[in-house]
Amino acid sequence: MTMLSFEKKYRVRGGTLVGGDLFDFWVGPFYVGFFGVTTAFFSILGTALIFYGASMGPTWNPWQINIAPPDLSWGLSAAPLAEGGLWQAITICAIGAFGSWALREVEICRKLGMGYHVPFAFSVAIGAYVTLVVIRPVLMGAWGHGFPYGIFSHLDWVSNVGYQYLHFHYNPAHMLAVTFFFTTTMALALHGSLILSSVNPKKGETVKTPEHEDTYFRDLIGYSVGTLGIHRVGLFLALSAGFWSAVCIVISGPFWTRSWTEWWSWWLDLPIWS
Amino acid sequence: MIEYQNIFTQVQARAHPHDGVPFSHGTWVRSEEPFFSYWIGKLGNAQIGPFYLGFLGLASIVCGALAFFLIGMNYLASVNWNPIMLVRNLFWLSLDPPAPKYGLSWPPLNDGGWYMIVSTFLLLSVLLWWGRTYVRARALGMGTHVAWAFASAIWLFLVLGLFRPILMGSWSEGVPYGIFSHLDWTAAFSIRYGNLFYNPFHALSIVFLYGSTLLFAMHAATILAVTRYGGDRELEQITDRGTATERAALFWRWTMGFNATMESIHRWAWWFAVLTTLTGGIGILLTGTAVDNWYLWAVKHGVAPAYVTDWSPVADPALAAGGVR
Repeated sequence: MTMLSFEKKYRVRGGTLVGGDLFDFWVGPFYVGFFGVTTAFFSILGTALIFYGASMGPTWNPWQINIAPPDLSWGLSAAPLAEGGLWQAITICAIGAFGSWALREVEICRKLGMGYHVPFAFSVAIGAYVTLVVIRPVLMGAWGHGFPYGIFSHLDWVSNVGYQYLHFHYNPAHMLAVTFFFTTTMALALHGSLILSSVNPKKGETVKTPEHEDTYFRDLIGYSVGTLGIHRVGLFLALSAGFWSAVCIVISGPFWTRSWTEWWSWWLDLPIWS
Repeated sequence: MIEYQNIFTQVQARAHPHDGVPFSHGTWVRSEEPFFSYWIGKLGNAQIGPFYLGFLGLASIVCGALAFFLIGMNYLASVNWNPIMLVRNLFWLSLDPPAPKYGLSWPPLNDGGWYMIVSTFLLLSVLLWWGRTYVRARALGMGTHVAWAFASAIWLFLVLGLFRPILMGSWSEGVPYGIFSHLDWTAAFSIRYGNLFYNPFHALSIVFLYGSTLLFAMHAATILAVTRYGGDRELEQITDRGTATERAALFWRWTMGFNATMESIHRWAWWFAVLTTLTGGIGILLTGTAVDNWYLWAVKHGVAPAYVTDWSPVADPALAAGGVR
């Protein structure tokens, strides 16, 4: 049951980065590998620490459970477990788990003879997370600048940090990031729609071809990027969204401490018109 | 070990450009001879054109251009017809909705009237373009999935500019046409209604927005990774599964224990993208009409903690001035 009808011939040894054949096996549908073991280690430990932190907190309401980073007074030192040390340990576990997951993806790519696009894309997301909870706090000089682990508490953090810069929408990198998120979603809608409309055509029609896909978009807007191109465009848009998200938060604090509305005064003060 | 990852097209084949498959209805002809662009061919298809204009397309472009032109003329008027100041202040300029005192009546031209005219043409332009996405698909015998996904975005557009202002009883509730002004509107809207982050439909919309980006990254990366097996020819892979699909599926099955099929991944994609604006529109429609303060709503329903208030309550200055609630 755990194997697809065609799966057996793909389950061959080799392609591992670490550990040779030692961890080269599957558990149910999951491939394990050395990094599967480390993923399990970090994610189980991290999850247990979150439950431990929740048990010390005032509530078991899942919306309100909050694991906060240390107080700013702890600076960049290690804090006691109950005072933010748990947050530090959970952050280490998260980075360990994400990194292990990415390397496990690399091993699976090698096993299947695929390109490395997925682990590369995932590493951009990991980079954004590390920027948020490690790089920016280190640049600001305190782990307390990391964001809390909790559903509504992290939303409060986003709100509060945004208003510290008066109006975060004016952050130019934030503008780019939001634009890329919206554009990615539109492109995804168009790509998903185009494939579905080709294989689920008008009643009584046969399934359509890539020539129909191209013709539809050429009729509509004069250009069709094509079956290969749309995936390059999609990957670029999606990764740009993550990249500019990381940029927009890492420049807020370490490189700009005032209101983001004020930042734009350089444009109004250009010598050509002032 | 350097491998070719198919990020750019290295060798471009050139033949006579494709004129497009025949369409079943439409009284216009496809315009102009298509041509090639070498640099665009690095990323995707090199062929540009042909283009089908048609009545719906022409009418939509005319309405859209008129809206764009009228916004520009209003901007110019606001900087005393000085083109240099238009460039300098472009991001700060705004065509604003009518004042609250006009309610749902038609305001004077220079106090929101132009805004109403622009909104009308913009709406016409969008609806005509929707018709175009539908008709062009049918003319090729295809499904109408593009049109219905577009309809979900139009739903959010209509909620913001038409449905919610009517329910609130004032066109002043509309979103201003300006770069910074629409950002100001968004921030003020969130604060006015007790922080939109506590609005569950806003949360869902964000989840689907980020989820769409995640899905496109996963899907696009997977397909690019199996292009060496012909994985980019998705329609052929759907109707006649090849090793590209099998490897793509097994990659995710081995990674996270679950996989989509070559067709179903596009259904996931379609729903995630469509639900972004569908849930977003519901969230906006409920704000100010059914719920006045999302934070207090969230406290009442036990999802947000009640924070200690160590300040005295502040009267809403908008209410004191007799403004619309």
